[in-house]
Amino acid sequence: MTAFIQIRRSSLVAAVGLVAAACGSPGPVSSSPAAPSPVTVFAAASLTAAFQSMGSAAGHVNPPLLTEYNFAGSPTLVAQIQQGAPVDVFASADQPNMQKLVDGGLVMGSPRVFATNRLQIVVAAGNPKGITGLADLVRPGLVVVLCAPAVPCGRYAAQALEKAGVRIVPASEETDVKAVIGKVSLGEADAGIVYVTDVRAGGAKVQGIAIPDTQNVVAAYPIAVMKAASHGRAAQAFVDFVLSPQGQRILASFAFGGP
Amino acid sequence: MFRGRQPVPLPIGILAGAGAAFFILPLIGLMLRAPWANLWPDLTAPESLLALRLSLVASLSATALALVLGLPLAWIYARVVFPGRTVLRALTTLPMVLPPVVGGVALLMAFGRRGLLGQILDAAFGIRLPFTTAGAVMAETFVAMPFLVLTVEAGLRSMDRRYEDAARTLGAGRWTVLRRVTLPLVAPSLFAGAVLCWARALGEFGATITFAGNFPGRTQTLPLAVYLALETRPDAAILLSLVLLVVSLVVLVVLRDRWLGSA
Repeated sequence: MTAFIQIRRSSLVAAVGLVAAACGSPGPVSSSPAAPSPVTVFAAASLTAAFQSMGSAAGHVNPPLLTEYNFAGSPTLVAQIQQGAPVDVFASADQPNMQKLVDGGLVMGSPRVFATNRLQIVVAAGNPKGITGLADLVRPGLVVVLCAPAVPCGRYAAQALEKAGVRIVPASEETDVKAVIGKVSLGEADAGIVYVTDVRAGGAKVQGIAIPDTQNVVAAYPIAVMKAASHGRAAQAFVDFVLSPQGQRILASFAFGGP
Repeated sequence: MFRGRQPVPLPIGILAGAGAAFFILPLIGLMLRAPWANLWPDLTAPESLLALRLSLVASLSATALALVLGLPLAWIYARVVFPGRTVLRALTTLPMVLPPVVGGVALLMAFGRRGLLGQILDAAFGIRLPFTTAGAVMAETFVAMPFLVLTVEAGLRSMDRRYEDAARTLGAGRWTVLRRVTLPLVAPSLFAGAVLCWARALGEFGATITFAGNFPGRTQTLPLAVYLALETRPDAAILLSLVLLVVSLVVLVVLRDRWLGSA
């Protein structure tokens, strides 16, 4: 297990290095012989774009903070951390997954909520089916896909539908948010319920239909330094950066809400 | 010719042992971690039974479909020389190396609601394949059929064709020769190919979830149920994967002994 993680981690570093090189950003790697080793951040898949941007911003503060990432579904990350993966910071898409690590005594201090996310209905660009709200999803002949109840977005979607008093039978219960967006952008499904941030990341082929506050669910994202952290001080500095006004501005630019 | 035991050179023995351990250790890990006390309740839970039944129905249907479409294909590959045969064979066996998720996306492009053929099916007949059990069968067939085609083609190539010639000279028609001579002669490879195809269909994940989605009782096959259970009921996930393992193991052992000659 450990070897597996290390291999993944090194390939991740290679991938991040490639991306950095491809983007032509000033690579933080080997700028000085005494360069500090990077903070390893395990972050929920929905944070991918925002945290990559966060990482390049953190590389420019003084002193520079180097980061490397492992993005996956929160339950997967929790399992990896429980199996002893080398990790400094964990950012979860929901409280229950962070709580598993708190209960396991793996968290330093107490987690802090750094961002919130909300649900939206995702439809094809131009909204060809004229969907205006959750109640429209019951329309016969409409193909609706949701996340499976086991994953956070599916649990939140079920809560929102219940608040709206709407009962639907989805065509499919996808394993993650990206799969729901994929089915809608390919035209296989007419609508789905996903996070606002995913609609933003979904590009020009999809658009979001707002869900009113009374029916919406707010997902809180907690972050914490792990007890296993080998760079405790730098790890705390990264968490502080995420919570700083600059970090919050970056998250807001990816449609995340404040804590 | 019979050969007695021969001494195994040490380096070969060590490497072979490491090779065997590489496959056996993960199985032992799974067995040790399995919560045996929950075996019966977890396996007979409604969602497990639903997934198990769907997996059997879908994988057997996929095997039947692969036999109907794959047997003629294998016969043509083995017996007919035509330009582009090598390329065609490569194209139809591509799913063996293609990441199944990519196969699922490709199926959507062809048979999805906006797909090449799919939009015609939808417009003309109102047939939509994604998110249906038929879609799950198609995804499994797409990934598993090449195993059948290649095995049967090899059988047809290695069989002694003089039996066919003899039957022909004795006045048997082509159809009779095929039915009474060729098929019985390649029966072992036909059976082996069908079982390999079925086992691959049973374990299919990527193409199914991409093309057919995931809905209990309709498209949620056993591998999909295992994947989702890993997040909420890891114990049940381990037990369900053991079921898949045992079934596949029995198939491989029986196949080896009965049809490929126990050596």
